[in-house]
Amino acid sequence: MTIMRRPFFWIIAAVVALFAVLPAAGNNVELRENLLLAAVYITLASNINMILGYAGYVNFGSIVFFGLGGYFCVWLMSAHGWPLAAALLAGGVAVSTLALLFGLGILRLRGVYFALATIGVNEGVMAFVTNFGPWGGSSGIYLSPALFQPLGGPAKALWVVYYLLVGVMAASLYLSYAVKRSKFGLGLLAIGQNEDAAAVLGVPTPRYKAAVYSLSALLPAIAGGLYFFKSAFIQPPDAFDLQLSTEAIVIAMLGGQGTVLGPAIGAFLYVQLRGWLLVSPTFSNFQLVIAGVLLLAIVLFAPGGLMGWIYRRWPRLRGFLE
Amino acid sequence: MLGLLASILDGVLIGAVYGLAAMGITLIWGVMDVVNLTHGAMIVAGMFGTYLFVSAVGVPVYATLPAVLVGGFLAGVALYWIAVHRVIGQPPLMSLLSTFAVNLVLVGVGTAVWGTDLFNVPASLPGFSLGRYTFPGTHIMAAVLTAAIAAALYLFLYRTRTGKAVRAVSGNREAAELVGIPTARVLALSFGLGTTLACVAGMLIATMFPFTVLSGDAYQLKSFVVTVLGGLGNPTGALVAGIALGLLEGVTTPFVPVSWTLVIEFVLFVVVLIALPGGLMQLWQRR
Repeated sequence: MTIMRRPFFWIIAAVVALFAVLPAAGNNVELRENLLLAAVYITLASNINMILGYAGYVNFGSIVFFGLGGYFCVWLMSAHGWPLAAALLAGGVAVSTLALLFGLGILRLRGVYFALATIGVNEGVMAFVTNFGPWGGSSGIYLSPALFQPLGGPAKALWVVYYLLVGVMAASLYLSYAVKRSKFGLGLLAIGQNEDAAAVLGVPTPRYKAAVYSLSALLPAIAGGLYFFKSAFIQPPDAFDLQLSTEAIVIAMLGGQGTVLGPAIGAFLYVQLRGWLLVSPTFSNFQLVIAGVLLLAIVLFAPGGLMGWIYRRWPRLRGFLE
Repeated sequence: MLGLLASILDGVLIGAVYGLAAMGITLIWGVMDVVNLTHGAMIVAGMFGTYLFVSAVGVPVYATLPAVLVGGFLAGVALYWIAVHRVIGQPPLMSLLSTFAVNLVLVGVGTAVWGTDLFNVPASLPGFSLGRYTFPGTHIMAAVLTAAIAAALYLFLYRTRTGKAVRAVSGNREAAELVGIPTARVLALSFGLGTTLACVAGMLIATMFPFTVLSGDAYQLKSFVVTVLGGLGNPTGALVAGIALGLLEGVTTPFVPVSWTLVIEFVLFVVVLIALPGGLMQLWQRR
């Protein structure tokens, strides 16, 4: 494996190891919950980054993948009695396939038209699920506590879910890295620079865009399955919470769009900030406002995000970091 | 049958207001290639501005129109200098994200102040009766005001020197700059006008339906549907398409549950984007 000789491979491994070891040492449940949230953020931000940062397309509806993945998983488990692993995988594949079909349609749209369509996707899917009987409509689906038994009871199941989520996060980071190093990733970066020029040079732009749209759906869908399995409850407003998709964009931009490590750093900083804001009595109602101000400041004054700043400060790091 | 007819006519009246909101989006898009995602928030700003004015000063709803016009314009110009000026001419990603960020801030502040309760603006006008059906006076008034404002915008764009400058910048920004048009100021003016249209549309919607801080998203989506139906950058098309969308809502309301409306509109939106990227008006122009 040549990839294992690259230092960056081990940087990701170190981050993942920290996630795995820290809460287990001392059975720290509070830390685990914080890191679980961070892992969800990293997964979402890292996957949206493949569209946003590499291909230069904004997907305002990335939360659809997360929510639909959650719905598929919860529904398969509660209505059809599937085991967790099978339900997760089936949910991921189903959502990814849907995204591919959908992507082939809407990715003919370019630039802003695509962004507008993704806003619609979110509203449309949410309205659909709210009216869809088998998924409980607006009242959602509850999971019976008995479903936690195969994992060794609720307390142990939470740990299993945590480690699976860390696994999904690791997969997201490696996927993001692998895509960036591949010919496919080069094509995406070319699309991001200049779509017409890319097409002229032989990049099959509609196909690549559909592929990255579908690929970026897989892991968030599995993460969604895990997340809603953990809450044992899913309902349209939680599953398609626009705030989470917004935060994923803010995180990707904060860390540095188009970099592999950026979303991870961004998520870490954002979770810190968010924890601090939630405690403060003045700001706890103003989370969205703070996220908005942060995003505006980054877009206007530091479009490269934190990684852009690091690269400017220490240009040599470009050789190691991605 | 008469019921369906009444529903369609009412849809047309409401659709005119959608058209008004969409004209704001399409004006800004046409002049500066920016998709304005603060539109929904500004529609809500218009609603709450009207609500506050009416409840604080106690004037009739329609007397707030001048205040909404002026306030919307000033807010739009301020927004332009804060969030849009620096991203003009950059990739669309940047202007999408910056206006999206402003939208977050505005919605966040609104939610913190007013929560997500339903609000109402008291407006009552004598309706117009047609057999068993009565068209609410507010709906008729909204359509009339929309027509007046659309006409005023048309006169401004095609009969004044400043309007000519706006059209010149819309056509070719560099060339306009070269012949001495202060493009940055024209852009700010256009953004102000677009925002004004959103605020007035918000005010008119507030006279017809109850609203919350979060109502903006649905109306913004409708505005985008209307905008692409009419062809991006085409104000007349936007008005016509708005009426068409209202008509469609009028036709479907008796048969389809309200909660599906947004799904249908969204499907329409994607189909139009793919099949007719120039909008419905393309069909006429091709002939």
